[in-house]
Amino acid sequence: MDCFQTLASLRQRLLDGEITSKEVVSGFLGRIESVDSDLNALIHLDKEGALKQAQTADEALASDPDARSKPLIGLPVVVKDNIAERGQPLTCASKILSNFVAPYDSTVVSKLKSAGAVLMGRANLDEFAMGSSTENSARAITRNPWDADHIPGGSSGGSAAAVSAGLCAAAIGSDTGGSIRQPASFCGCVGLKPSYGRVSRFGLTAFASSLDQIGPLTRDVRDAATVLNVIAGHDERDSTSVPRETEDYTASLGQDIKGLKVGLPKEYFIEGLDPAVKVSIDGAVSQFQQLGAEIVEVSLPHTEYAIATYYIICTAEASANLARFDGIRYGARVDGKDPVELYAKTRGAGFGSEVKRRIILGTYVLSSGYYDAYYLRAQKVRTLIRQDFQNAFDQVDLLLTPTVAAPAFKVGEKSTDPLQMYLTDIFTISANLVGNCGLSLPCGFSQNPKLPIGLQLMGRPFEEANLLKAAYAYEQSTDWHKAFPS
Amino acid sequence: MSRFPLAEMGLVLQSLRMSKTDFDIHYVARLARLELGSEEEETFGRQIEQIIHYVEQLQQLDVDQVQPTAHPVPLTNVTRPDEVRGSLTNEEALMNAPAKGNGLFMVPKIVE
Repeated sequence: MDCFQTLASLRQRLLDGEITSKEVVSGFLGRIESVDSDLNALIHLDKEGALKQAQTADEALASDPDARSKPLIGLPVVVKDNIAERGQPLTCASKILSNFVAPYDSTVVSKLKSAGAVLMGRANLDEFAMGSSTENSARAITRNPWDADHIPGGSSGGSAAAVSAGLCAAAIGSDTGGSIRQPASFCGCVGLKPSYGRVSRFGLTAFASSLDQIGPLTRDVRDAATVLNVIAGHDERDSTSVPRETEDYTASLGQDIKGLKVGLPKEYFIEGLDPAVKVSIDGAVSQFQQLGAEIVEVSLPHTEYAIATYYIICTAEASANLARFDGIRYGARVDGKDPVELYAKTRGAGFGSEVKRRIILGTYVLSSGYYDAYYLRAQKVRTLIRQDFQNAFDQVDLLLTPTVAAPAFKVGEKSTDPLQMYLTDIFTISANLVGNCGLSLPCGFSQNPKLPIGLQLMGRPFEEANLLKAAYAYEQSTDWHKAFPS
Repeated sequence: MSRFPLAEMGLVLQSLRMSKTDFDIHYVARLARLELGSEEEETFGRQIEQIIHYVEQLQQLDVDQVQPTAHPVPLTNVTRPDEVRGSLTNEEALMNAPAKGNGLFMVPKIVE
Protein backbone atom coordinates (compact mmCIF):
# COMPACT_ATOMS: atom_id res chain seq x y z
CA MET A 1 0.00 0.00 0.00
CA ASP A 2 1.14 3.54 -0.76
CA CYS A 3 1.50 5.18 2.65
CA PHE A 4 1.76 8.70 1.22
CA GLN A 5 -1.87 9.03 0.22
CA THR A 6 -4.20 11.71 1.45
CA LEU A 7 -7.23 11.00 3.61
CA ALA A 8 -9.38 11.95 0.62
CA SER A 9 -7.76 9.41 -1.65
CA LEU A 10 -7.81 6.62 0.94
CA ARG A 11 -11.45 7.37 1.66
CA GLN A 12 -12.38 7.19 -2.01
CA ARG A 13 -10.67 3.81 -2.37
CA LEU A 14 -12.36 2.52 0.78
CA LEU A 15 -15.80 3.61 -0.42
CA ASP A 16 -15.16 2.16 -3.87
CA GLY A 17 -14.29 -1.15 -2.27
CA GLU A 18 -10.80 -1.16 -3.76
CA ILE A 19 -9.17 -1.58 -0.38
CA THR A 20 -10.29 -2.42 3.14
CA SER A 21 -9.58 -0.50 6.32
CA LYS A 22 -7.71 -3.54 7.57
CA GLU A 23 -5.40 -3.34 4.56
CA VAL A 24 -4.92 0.38 5.08
CA VAL A 25 -4.12 -0.03 8.76
CA SER A 26 -1.85 -3.02 8.12
CA GLY A 27 -0.02 -0.98 5.50
CA PHE A 28 0.66 1.82 7.99
CA LEU A 29 1.56 -0.62 10.77
CA GLY A 30 4.13 -2.20 8.46
CA ARG A 31 5.56 1.20 7.61
CA ILE A 32 5.72 2.12 11.32
CA GLU A 33 7.55 -1.09 12.12
CA SER A 34 10.12 -0.49 9.43
CA VAL A 35 10.92 3.18 10.03
CA ASP A 36 9.80 4.34 13.46
CA SER A 37 12.57 2.69 15.47
CA ASP A 38 14.89 5.33 13.96
CA LEU A 39 12.33 8.12 13.75
CA ASN A 40 10.68 7.91 17.21
CA ALA A 41 7.54 9.68 16.06
CA LEU A 42 5.31 7.50 18.21
CA ILE A 43 5.39 7.01 21.96
CA HIS A 44 2.89 4.18 21.90
CA LEU A 45 1.49 2.01 19.14
CA ASP A 46 -1.87 0.29 19.73
CA LYS A 47 -1.46 -2.39 17.07
CA GLU A 48 -4.14 -4.74 18.28
CA GLY A 49 -6.63 -1.95 18.95
CA ALA A 50 -6.01 -0.42 15.53
CA LEU A 51 -6.66 -3.71 13.73
CA LYS A 52 -9.80 -4.23 15.76
CA GLN A 53 -11.09 -0.74 14.97
CA ALA A 54 -10.29 -1.38 11.29
CA GLN A 55 -12.30 -4.59 11.36
CA THR A 56 -15.23 -2.76 12.95
CA ALA A 57 -15.00 -0.12 10.22
CA ASP A 58 -14.92 -2.74 7.48
CA GLU A 59 -17.95 -4.48 8.93
CA ALA A 60 -19.82 -1.20 9.22
CA LEU A 61 -18.97 -0.27 5.64
CA ALA A 62 -20.30 -3.63 4.47
CA SER A 63 -23.54 -3.62 6.45
CA ASP A 64 -24.45 -0.14 7.67
CA PRO A 65 -25.44 2.40 5.01
CA ASP A 66 -24.82 5.29 7.46
CA ALA A 67 -21.19 4.29 7.88
CA ARG A 68 -20.32 5.60 4.41
CA SER A 69 -21.24 9.11 5.45
CA LYS A 70 -18.80 9.12 8.36
CA PRO A 71 -15.98 11.37 7.14
CA LEU A 72 -13.07 9.39 8.62
CA ILE A 73 -14.48 5.87 8.48
CA GLY A 74 -11.65 3.34 8.57
CA LEU A 75 -8.91 5.97 8.27
CA PRO A 76 -5.92 5.87 10.63
CA VAL A 77 -5.13 8.89 12.77
CA VAL A 78 -2.42 9.42 15.37
CA VAL A 79 -3.04 11.62 18.42
CA LYS A 80 -0.45 13.68 20.28
CA ASP A 81 0.26 12.16 23.66
CA ASN A 82 -1.16 15.09 25.62
CA ILE A 83 -4.75 14.51 24.44
CA ALA A 84 -6.71 11.91 26.40
CA GLU A 85 -7.83 8.70 24.73
CA ARG A 86 -9.63 6.35 27.09
CA GLY A 87 -7.62 3.25 28.01
CA GLN A 88 -4.48 4.50 26.25
CA PRO A 89 -1.32 5.92 27.83
CA LEU A 90 -1.29 9.68 28.35
CA THR A 91 2.32 10.44 29.24
CA CYS A 92 2.78 13.98 27.88
CA ALA A 93 6.33 12.67 27.23
CA SER A 94 6.99 13.19 30.94
CA LYS A 95 8.46 10.88 33.55
CA ILE A 96 5.83 12.07 36.01
CA LEU A 97 3.07 10.51 33.86
CA SER A 98 5.03 7.52 32.54
CA ASN A 99 2.42 5.04 33.81
CA PHE A 100 -0.69 7.18 33.41
CA VAL A 101 -3.62 5.68 31.51
CA ALA A 102 -6.42 8.03 30.46
CA PRO A 103 -9.72 7.21 32.21
CA TYR A 104 -11.82 9.14 29.68
CA ASP A 105 -11.85 10.45 26.11
CA SER A 106 -11.08 14.05 25.27
CA THR A 107 -13.84 15.68 23.24
CA VAL A 108 -11.61 15.68 20.16
CA VAL A 109 -10.99 11.94 20.50
CA SER A 110 -14.70 11.17 20.94
CA LYS A 111 -15.42 13.21 17.84
CA LEU A 112 -12.75 11.33 15.88
CA LYS A 113 -14.23 8.04 17.05
CA SER A 114 -17.75 9.11 16.06
CA ALA A 115 -16.39 10.03 12.63
CA GLY A 116 -15.11 6.47 12.27
CA ALA A 117 -11.38 7.13 12.59
CA VAL A 118 -8.98 4.33 13.56
CA LEU A 119 -6.80 5.60 16.41
CA MET A 120 -3.44 3.91 15.93
CA GLY A 121 -1.18 5.35 18.56
CA ARG A 122 0.21 8.24 20.52
CA ALA A 123 2.61 10.79 19.05
CA ASN A 124 5.78 12.06 20.71
CA LEU A 125 6.07 15.68 21.87
CA ASP A 126 8.18 17.98 23.97
CA GLU A 127 7.34 17.25 27.61
CA PHE A 128 3.93 18.84 28.36
CA ALA A 129 4.18 20.51 24.92
CA MET A 130 6.95 22.80 26.15
CA GLY A 131 9.52 23.12 23.43
CA SER A 132 10.16 23.73 19.76
CA SER A 133 12.14 20.62 18.78
CA THR A 134 10.75 17.48 20.48
CA GLU A 135 14.16 17.20 22.16
CA ASN A 136 12.45 17.77 25.53
CA SER A 137 10.67 14.41 25.40
CA ALA A 138 11.49 12.11 28.30
CA ARG A 139 11.02 9.19 25.91
CA ALA A 140 13.18 9.89 22.86
CA ILE A 141 14.14 12.62 20.41
CA THR A 142 12.01 12.47 17.27
CA ARG A 143 14.04 12.82 14.07
CA ASN A 144 13.11 14.83 11.01
CA PRO A 145 11.99 12.40 8.27
CA TRP A 146 13.84 14.50 5.66
CA ASP A 147 17.17 14.36 7.49
CA ALA A 148 17.75 12.46 10.72
CA ASP A 149 20.42 14.92 11.91
CA HIS A 150 17.71 17.56 12.17
CA ILE A 151 14.86 18.03 14.60
CA PRO A 152 11.24 17.74 13.40
CA GLY A 153 10.20 20.89 15.27
CA GLY A 154 7.93 20.91 18.24
CA SER A 155 6.13 20.50 20.31
CA SER A 156 3.92 18.38 17.99
CA GLY A 157 7.08 16.95 16.40
CA GLY A 158 5.88 13.36 16.62
CA SER A 159 2.57 14.20 14.90
CA ALA A 160 4.32 16.11 12.09
CA ALA A 161 7.00 13.45 11.57
CA ALA A 162 4.35 10.71 11.54
CA VAL A 163 2.38 12.39 8.74
CA SER A 164 5.47 13.35 6.79
CA ALA A 165 7.05 9.87 7.01
CA GLY A 166 3.82 8.12 5.99
CA LEU A 167 3.09 6.50 9.34
CA CYS A 168 -0.52 7.71 9.27
CA ALA A 169 -2.88 9.64 7.07
CA ALA A 170 -3.43 12.45 9.56
CA ALA A 171 -2.42 13.42 13.06
CA ILE A 172 -3.75 15.61 15.83
CA GLY A 173 -1.51 18.13 17.57
CA SER A 174 -1.81 21.06 19.93
CA ASP A 175 -0.52 24.58 19.35
CA THR A 176 0.30 26.98 22.20
CA GLY A 177 2.88 29.15 20.45
CA GLY A 178 3.33 27.44 17.09
CA SER A 179 3.48 23.80 18.15
CA ILE A 180 1.40 22.61 15.17
CA ARG A 181 2.55 25.09 12.52
CA GLN A 182 6.29 25.04 13.23
CA PRO A 183 6.73 21.23 13.04
CA ALA A 184 4.43 21.17 9.99
CA SER A 185 6.79 23.68 8.40
CA PHE A 186 9.91 21.68 9.34
CA CYS A 187 8.47 18.32 8.20
CA GLY A 188 6.72 19.52 5.03
CA CYS A 189 3.07 18.98 5.89
CA VAL A 190 0.01 21.13 6.50
CA GLY A 191 -0.62 22.21 10.09
CA LEU A 192 -3.66 24.20 11.17
CA LYS A 193 -4.10 26.07 14.44
CA PRO A 194 -7.79 26.90 14.66
CA SER A 195 -9.01 30.12 16.26
CA TYR A 196 -8.99 30.05 20.05
CA GLY A 197 -12.25 28.48 21.20
CA ARG A 198 -13.05 26.77 17.90
CA VAL A 199 -12.00 23.28 19.09
CA SER A 200 -12.70 21.97 22.58
CA ARG A 201 -9.74 21.66 24.93
CA PHE A 202 -11.57 19.17 27.16
CA GLY A 203 -9.14 16.30 27.74
CA LEU A 204 -6.09 18.23 26.51
CA THR A 205 -3.48 18.38 29.27
CA ALA A 206 -3.43 22.12 29.93
CA PHE A 207 -0.14 23.94 29.39
CA ALA A 208 -1.22 27.57 28.89
CA SER A 209 -5.00 27.64 28.94
CA SER A 210 -5.51 31.00 27.23
CA LEU A 211 -3.23 29.99 24.33
CA ASP A 212 -3.65 26.21 23.79
CA GLN A 213 -5.64 25.00 20.81
CA ILE A 214 -5.95 21.55 19.21
CA GLY A 215 -5.66 21.15 15.43
CA PRO A 216 -4.85 18.79 12.55
CA LEU A 217 -1.59 17.94 10.76
CA THR A 218 -2.22 16.49 7.32
CA ARG A 219 -0.72 15.85 3.92
CA ASP A 220 -2.72 18.58 2.19
CA VAL A 221 -5.16 21.43 2.79
CA ARG A 222 -8.33 19.51 1.91
CA ASP A 223 -7.50 16.90 4.55
CA ALA A 224 -6.95 19.65 7.12
CA ALA A 225 -10.43 21.01 6.34
CA THR A 226 -11.90 17.50 6.59
CA VAL A 227 -10.39 16.91 10.04
CA LEU A 228 -11.40 20.40 11.20
CA ASN A 229 -14.98 19.58 10.18
CA VAL A 230 -14.83 16.62 12.55
CA ILE A 231 -13.21 18.25 15.59
CA ALA A 232 -14.56 21.82 15.54
CA GLY A 233 -17.50 23.00 17.58
CA HIS A 234 -18.74 24.28 20.88
CA ASP A 235 -18.40 21.98 23.89
CA GLU A 236 -20.09 22.67 27.18
CA ARG A 237 -17.29 20.79 28.94
CA ASP A 238 -14.82 23.51 27.88
CA SER A 239 -16.05 26.85 29.16
CA THR A 240 -13.64 28.66 26.82
CA SER A 241 -14.99 26.98 23.70
CA VAL A 242 -16.98 29.50 21.72
CA PRO A 243 -20.71 28.94 21.14
CA ARG A 244 -20.66 29.71 17.47
CA GLU A 245 -21.89 27.63 14.57
CA THR A 246 -19.35 25.62 12.62
CA GLU A 247 -19.47 25.42 8.85
CA ASP A 248 -18.38 22.95 6.21
CA TYR A 249 -14.73 23.94 5.90
CA THR A 250 -14.34 22.04 2.62
CA ALA A 251 -17.12 24.04 0.95
CA SER A 252 -14.95 27.02 0.02
CA LEU A 253 -12.09 24.91 -1.36
CA GLY A 254 -11.63 25.47 -5.07
CA GLN A 255 -13.17 28.94 -5.10
CA ASP A 256 -10.94 31.51 -6.72
CA ILE A 257 -9.11 34.10 -4.67
CA LYS A 258 -9.24 37.02 -7.09
CA GLY A 259 -9.28 40.27 -5.19
CA LEU A 260 -8.38 38.64 -1.89
CA LYS A 261 -6.28 41.10 0.08
CA VAL A 262 -3.14 39.47 1.45
CA GLY A 263 -1.02 41.45 3.91
CA LEU A 264 2.72 41.16 4.33
CA PRO A 265 3.63 42.38 7.83
CA LYS A 266 6.81 44.38 7.27
CA GLU A 267 8.18 43.44 10.71
CA TYR A 268 8.30 39.79 9.57
CA PHE A 269 10.51 40.50 6.56
CA ILE A 270 13.60 41.89 8.19
CA GLU A 271 17.20 40.75 8.55
CA GLY A 272 17.84 37.28 9.91
CA LEU A 273 15.61 35.48 7.45
CA ASP A 274 17.38 32.45 5.98
CA PRO A 275 18.06 33.07 2.24
CA ALA A 276 16.28 29.87 1.19
CA VAL A 277 13.24 30.88 3.24
CA LYS A 278 13.28 34.34 1.67
CA VAL A 279 13.37 32.91 -1.85
CA SER A 280 10.51 30.51 -1.08
CA ILE A 281 8.33 33.16 0.53
CA ASP A 282 8.99 35.63 -2.30
CA GLY A 283 7.95 32.87 -4.70
CA ALA A 284 4.75 32.30 -2.74
CA VAL A 285 3.95 36.02 -2.81
CA SER A 286 4.27 36.07 -6.62
CA GLN A 287 2.13 32.96 -6.84
CA PHE A 288 -0.62 34.64 -4.82
CA GLN A 289 -0.39 37.63 -7.15
CA GLN A 290 -0.75 35.36 -10.16
CA LEU A 291 -3.81 33.81 -8.55
CA GLY A 292 -5.34 37.29 -8.44
CA ALA A 293 -4.68 38.23 -4.82
CA GLU A 294 -3.84 41.81 -4.01
CA ILE A 295 -0.64 42.09 -1.97
CA VAL A 296 -0.57 44.87 0.62
CA GLU A 297 2.18 45.79 3.06
CA VAL A 298 0.89 46.07 6.62
CA SER A 299 2.51 46.76 9.97
CA LEU A 300 2.38 44.85 13.25
CA PRO A 301 4.45 47.33 15.26
CA HIS A 302 4.61 45.38 18.52
CA THR A 303 6.02 42.22 16.96
CA GLU A 304 9.37 42.64 18.70
CA TYR A 305 7.64 42.36 22.08
CA ALA A 306 5.69 39.20 21.26
CA ILE A 307 8.24 36.68 22.53
CA ALA A 308 8.72 38.42 25.87
CA THR A 309 4.95 38.72 26.27
CA TYR A 310 4.40 35.11 25.32
CA TYR A 311 7.03 33.65 27.64
CA ILE A 312 5.65 35.57 30.61
CA ILE A 313 2.04 34.56 29.97
CA CYS A 314 2.67 30.95 28.99
CA THR A 315 5.00 30.23 31.91
CA ALA A 316 2.63 31.91 34.38
CA GLU A 317 -0.27 29.77 33.16
CA ALA A 318 1.94 26.66 33.06
CA SER A 319 3.09 27.13 36.65
CA ALA A 320 -0.55 27.15 37.75
CA ASN A 321 -1.68 24.30 35.48
CA LEU A 322 1.18 22.00 36.43
CA ALA A 323 0.52 22.45 40.15
CA ARG A 324 -1.84 19.48 39.83
CA PHE A 325 1.11 17.13 39.37
CA ASP A 326 1.89 16.67 43.02
CA GLY A 327 2.09 12.89 43.45
CA ILE A 328 -1.20 12.62 45.34
CA ARG A 329 -3.97 11.62 42.93
CA TYR A 330 -2.06 10.36 39.91
CA GLY A 331 1.38 9.99 38.45
CA ALA A 332 4.68 9.05 39.98
CA ARG A 333 5.28 9.75 43.68
CA VAL A 334 8.49 10.19 45.65
CA ASP A 335 7.79 9.92 49.36
CA GLY A 336 8.69 12.62 51.86
CA LYS A 337 8.34 13.11 55.58
CA ASP A 338 5.36 15.42 55.09
CA PRO A 339 3.12 16.34 52.14
CA VAL A 340 5.15 19.43 51.22
CA GLU A 341 8.37 17.44 51.00
CA LEU A 342 6.51 14.78 49.02
CA TYR A 343 5.32 17.38 46.49
CA ALA A 344 8.77 18.90 46.06
CA LYS A 345 10.56 15.58 45.70
CA THR A 346 7.92 14.16 43.36
CA ARG A 347 8.04 17.22 41.12
CA GLY A 348 11.82 17.46 41.25
CA ALA A 349 12.16 13.85 40.12
CA GLY A 350 9.24 13.79 37.69
CA PHE A 351 9.70 16.92 35.58
CA GLY A 352 12.41 17.51 32.96
CA SER A 353 14.61 20.60 32.69
CA GLU A 354 12.48 22.77 30.40
CA VAL A 355 9.34 22.13 32.43
CA LYS A 356 11.20 23.04 35.63
CA ARG A 357 12.55 26.26 34.10
CA ARG A 358 9.08 27.29 32.97
CA ILE A 359 7.44 26.47 36.29
CA ILE A 360 10.06 28.56 38.10
CA LEU A 361 9.84 31.48 35.70
CA GLY A 362 6.03 31.35 35.83
CA THR A 363 6.01 31.22 39.62
CA TYR A 364 8.37 34.19 39.72
CA VAL A 365 6.34 36.43 37.37
CA LEU A 366 3.20 35.72 39.39
CA SER A 367 4.80 36.13 42.81
CA SER A 368 3.99 38.93 45.18
CA GLY A 369 5.81 42.13 44.24
CA TYR A 370 6.49 41.03 40.66
CA TYR A 371 2.98 40.35 39.36
CA ASP A 372 2.35 43.91 38.17
CA ALA A 373 5.78 44.35 36.66
CA TYR A 374 5.75 41.15 34.65
CA TYR A 375 2.43 39.36 34.36
CA LEU A 376 0.02 42.30 34.33
CA ARG A 377 2.32 44.26 32.04
CA ALA A 378 2.53 41.30 29.65
CA GLN A 379 -1.26 41.07 29.55
CA LYS A 380 -1.37 44.76 28.63
CA VAL A 381 1.18 44.30 25.87
CA ARG A 382 -0.95 41.37 24.71
CA THR A 383 -3.71 43.95 24.17
CA LEU A 384 -1.36 46.06 22.03
CA ILE A 385 -0.43 43.03 19.92
CA ARG A 386 -4.09 42.20 19.52
CA GLN A 387 -4.84 45.75 18.39
CA ASP A 388 -2.02 45.47 15.83
CA PHE A 389 -3.73 42.42 14.34
CA GLN A 390 -7.17 44.04 14.43
CA ASN A 391 -5.79 47.02 12.53
CA ALA A 392 -4.10 44.77 10.01
CA PHE A 393 -7.25 42.70 9.54
CA ASP A 394 -9.19 45.92 8.89
CA GLN A 395 -7.02 46.36 5.82
CA VAL A 396 -6.51 42.80 4.60
CA ASP A 397 -8.24 39.40 4.62
CA LEU A 398 -5.16 37.34 5.39
CA LEU A 399 -1.58 37.72 6.51
CA LEU A 400 1.23 35.90 4.72
CA THR A 401 4.54 35.25 6.49
CA PRO A 402 7.24 32.63 6.79
CA THR A 403 6.27 30.05 9.44
CA VAL A 404 9.81 30.00 10.80
CA ALA A 405 12.82 32.14 9.84
CA ALA A 406 14.93 29.10 8.84
CA PRO A 407 14.53 25.40 7.99
CA ALA A 408 14.80 22.76 10.74
CA PHE A 409 17.92 23.14 12.87
CA LYS A 410 20.18 20.30 13.95
CA VAL A 411 19.61 18.04 16.91
CA GLY A 412 21.47 19.62 19.85
CA GLU A 413 22.00 22.95 18.09
CA LYS A 414 19.80 25.03 20.40
CA SER A 415 18.98 22.66 23.24
CA THR A 416 21.55 24.12 25.63
CA ASP A 417 20.32 27.70 25.22
CA PRO A 418 16.63 28.07 26.09
CA LEU A 419 16.44 31.72 25.04
CA GLN A 420 17.78 30.93 21.53
CA MET A 421 15.15 28.19 21.30
CA TYR A 422 12.41 30.64 22.33
CA LEU A 423 13.43 33.16 19.69
CA THR A 424 12.64 30.66 16.90
CA ASP A 425 8.94 31.07 17.69
CA ILE A 426 8.73 34.74 16.67
CA PHE A 427 6.40 34.32 13.65
CA THR A 428 3.95 31.87 15.21
CA ILE A 429 3.31 33.02 18.79
CA SER A 430 1.25 36.13 17.99
CA ALA A 431 -1.62 34.04 16.59
CA ASN A 432 -1.91 32.38 20.00
CA LEU A 433 -1.74 35.68 21.89
CA VAL A 434 -4.40 37.15 19.59
CA GLY A 435 -6.52 34.02 19.14
CA ASN A 436 -6.78 34.15 15.34
CA CYS A 437 -6.39 31.11 13.09
CA GLY A 438 -3.15 30.21 11.34
CA LEU A 439 -1.89 27.54 9.01
CA SER A 440 1.46 26.39 7.68
CA LEU A 441 1.82 24.67 4.33
CA PRO A 442 4.82 23.65 2.23
CA CYS A 443 6.25 26.33 -0.09
CA GLY A 444 9.78 25.18 -0.95
CA PHE A 445 12.97 23.44 0.09
CA SER A 446 16.44 24.36 1.18
CA GLN A 447 19.39 22.72 -0.59
CA ASN A 448 22.06 20.61 1.12
CA PRO A 449 20.43 19.34 3.15
CA LYS A 450 17.05 19.29 1.46
CA LEU A 451 14.60 20.42 4.13
CA PRO A 452 11.03 21.68 3.78
CA ILE A 453 10.11 25.36 4.14
CA GLY A 454 6.72 26.46 5.37
CA LEU A 455 4.46 29.34 4.43
CA GLN A 456 2.24 30.71 7.18
CA LEU A 457 -1.17 32.19 6.44
CA MET A 458 -3.16 33.80 9.22
CA GLY A 459 -6.85 34.68 9.12
CA ARG A 460 -9.27 36.62 11.26
CA PRO A 461 -10.67 34.77 14.26
CA PHE A 462 -13.22 32.16 13.12
CA GLU A 463 -12.49 32.70 9.43
CA GLU A 464 -10.95 29.28 8.94
CA ALA A 465 -12.98 28.80 5.74
CA ASN A 466 -11.34 31.80 4.13
CA LEU A 467 -7.90 30.73 5.36
CA LEU A 468 -8.32 27.22 3.97
CA LYS A 469 -9.67 28.54 0.68
CA ALA A 470 -6.56 30.66 0.12
CA ALA A 471 -4.21 27.90 1.27
CA TYR A 472 -5.91 25.43 -1.07
CA ALA A 473 -5.69 27.79 -4.04
CA TYR A 474 -1.94 28.23 -3.47
CA GLU A 475 -1.32 24.55 -2.80
CA GLN A 476 -3.15 23.38 -5.91
CA SER A 477 -1.13 25.74 -8.07
CA THR A 478 2.18 24.32 -6.79
CA ASP A 479 3.77 20.87 -6.39
CA TRP A 480 5.41 21.28 -2.99
CA HIS A 481 2.89 19.08 -1.18
CA LYS A 482 3.59 16.20 -3.57
CA ALA A 483 7.17 15.69 -2.39
CA PHE A 484 7.90 12.97 0.19
CA PRO A 485 11.02 12.20 2.18
CA SER A 486 12.95 9.21 0.82
CA MET B 1 4.55 62.14 55.99
CA SER B 2 5.43 60.97 52.56
CA ARG B 3 3.92 62.91 49.73
CA PHE B 4 3.89 59.86 47.44
CA PRO B 5 0.55 58.16 46.99
CA LEU B 6 0.69 54.49 47.90
CA ALA B 7 0.44 53.24 44.35
CA GLU B 8 3.34 55.37 43.26
CA MET B 9 5.46 54.23 46.19
CA GLY B 10 4.76 50.69 45.17
CA LEU B 11 6.12 51.48 41.74
CA VAL B 12 9.22 53.14 43.14
CA LEU B 13 9.86 50.16 45.39
CA GLN B 14 9.28 47.87 42.50
CA SER B 15 11.75 49.59 40.23
CA LEU B 16 14.36 49.56 43.00
CA ARG B 17 13.80 45.88 43.47
CA MET B 18 13.94 45.17 39.76
CA SER B 19 17.18 46.99 39.19
CA LYS B 20 18.86 44.62 41.62
CA THR B 21 17.75 41.60 39.55
CA ASP B 22 17.09 39.84 42.81
CA PHE B 23 15.76 36.64 41.30
CA ASP B 24 16.40 34.03 43.97
CA ILE B 25 15.95 30.60 42.42
CA HIS B 26 16.11 28.78 45.72
CA TYR B 27 13.24 30.82 47.10
CA VAL B 28 11.08 30.62 43.96
CA ALA B 29 11.62 26.86 43.58
CA ARG B 30 10.40 26.48 47.15
CA LEU B 31 7.26 28.51 46.32
CA ALA B 32 6.71 26.16 43.36
CA ARG B 33 7.20 23.05 45.53
CA LEU B 34 9.98 21.93 43.24
CA GLU B 35 13.12 20.32 44.62
CA LEU B 36 16.21 21.20 42.59
CA GLY B 37 19.71 19.79 42.80
CA SER B 38 22.53 22.29 43.36
CA GLU B 39 23.69 21.89 39.78
CA GLU B 40 20.15 22.55 38.53
CA GLU B 41 19.89 25.62 40.75
CA GLU B 42 23.09 26.98 39.27
CA THR B 43 22.26 26.24 35.60
CA PHE B 44 18.57 27.14 35.68
CA GLY B 45 19.32 30.20 37.80
CA ARG B 46 21.71 31.52 35.15
CA GLN B 47 19.37 30.66 32.26
CA ILE B 48 16.30 32.16 33.91
CA GLU B 49 18.20 35.39 34.82
CA GLN B 50 19.00 35.68 31.13
CA ILE B 51 15.35 35.18 30.17
CA ILE B 52 14.20 37.72 32.79
CA HIS B 53 16.69 40.19 31.40
CA TYR B 54 15.22 39.57 27.94
CA VAL B 55 11.57 39.98 28.98
CA GLU B 56 12.40 43.24 30.76
CA GLN B 57 12.21 44.94 27.36
CA LEU B 58 8.47 45.19 28.04
CA GLN B 59 9.30 47.96 30.53
CA GLN B 60 10.07 50.22 27.54
CA LEU B 61 6.38 50.40 26.58
CA ASP B 62 3.95 52.86 28.08
CA VAL B 63 0.95 50.72 29.04
CA ASP B 64 -0.66 52.98 31.65
CA GLN B 65 -3.84 53.46 29.62
CA VAL B 66 -4.00 49.91 28.25
CA GLN B 67 -6.47 47.31 29.51
CA PRO B 68 -5.00 43.84 30.07
CA THR B 69 -6.07 40.90 27.88
CA ALA B 70 -6.54 37.74 29.92
CA HIS B 71 -8.27 35.83 27.20
CA PRO B 72 -8.48 36.15 23.41
CA VAL B 73 -12.26 35.62 23.27
CA PRO B 74 -13.73 36.86 26.55
CA LEU B 75 -16.82 34.91 27.53
CA THR B 76 -18.63 35.71 30.76
CA ASN B 77 -20.92 33.72 33.02
CA VAL B 78 -20.51 30.48 31.11
CA THR B 79 -22.88 27.96 32.63
CA ARG B 80 -24.51 24.71 31.68
CA PRO B 81 -27.75 23.17 32.97
CA ASP B 82 -27.31 21.89 36.51
CA GLU B 83 -28.13 18.27 35.72
CA VAL B 84 -26.89 15.09 37.32
CA ARG B 85 -24.82 13.13 34.85
CA GLY B 86 -22.37 10.26 34.78
CA SER B 87 -18.83 10.72 36.06
CA LEU B 88 -15.77 8.58 36.73
CA THR B 89 -16.35 5.55 38.91
CA ASN B 90 -14.38 5.23 42.13
CA GLU B 91 -12.19 2.65 40.42
CA GLU B 92 -11.53 4.88 37.42
CA ALA B 93 -10.75 7.85 39.63
CA LEU B 94 -8.20 5.77 41.54
CA MET B 95 -6.72 3.86 38.60
CA ASN B 96 -3.69 6.16 38.35
CA ALA B 97 -3.22 6.80 42.07
CA PRO B 98 0.33 6.24 43.36
CA ALA B 99 -1.09 4.89 46.64
CA LYS B 100 -4.65 3.86 47.41
CA GLY B 101 -6.65 1.80 49.89
CA ASN B 102 -10.31 1.32 50.83
CA GLY B 103 -11.37 3.27 47.78
CA LEU B 104 -9.35 6.31 48.88
CA PHE B 105 -6.12 8.11 47.98
CA MET B 106 -3.41 7.38 50.55
CA VAL B 107 -1.29 10.34 51.65
CA PRO B 108 1.37 10.81 54.32
CA LYS B 109 0.23 11.80 57.79
CA ILE B 110 -0.72 15.47 57.85
CA VAL B 111 -1.55 16.06 61.53
CA GLU B 112 0.76 14.71 64.23
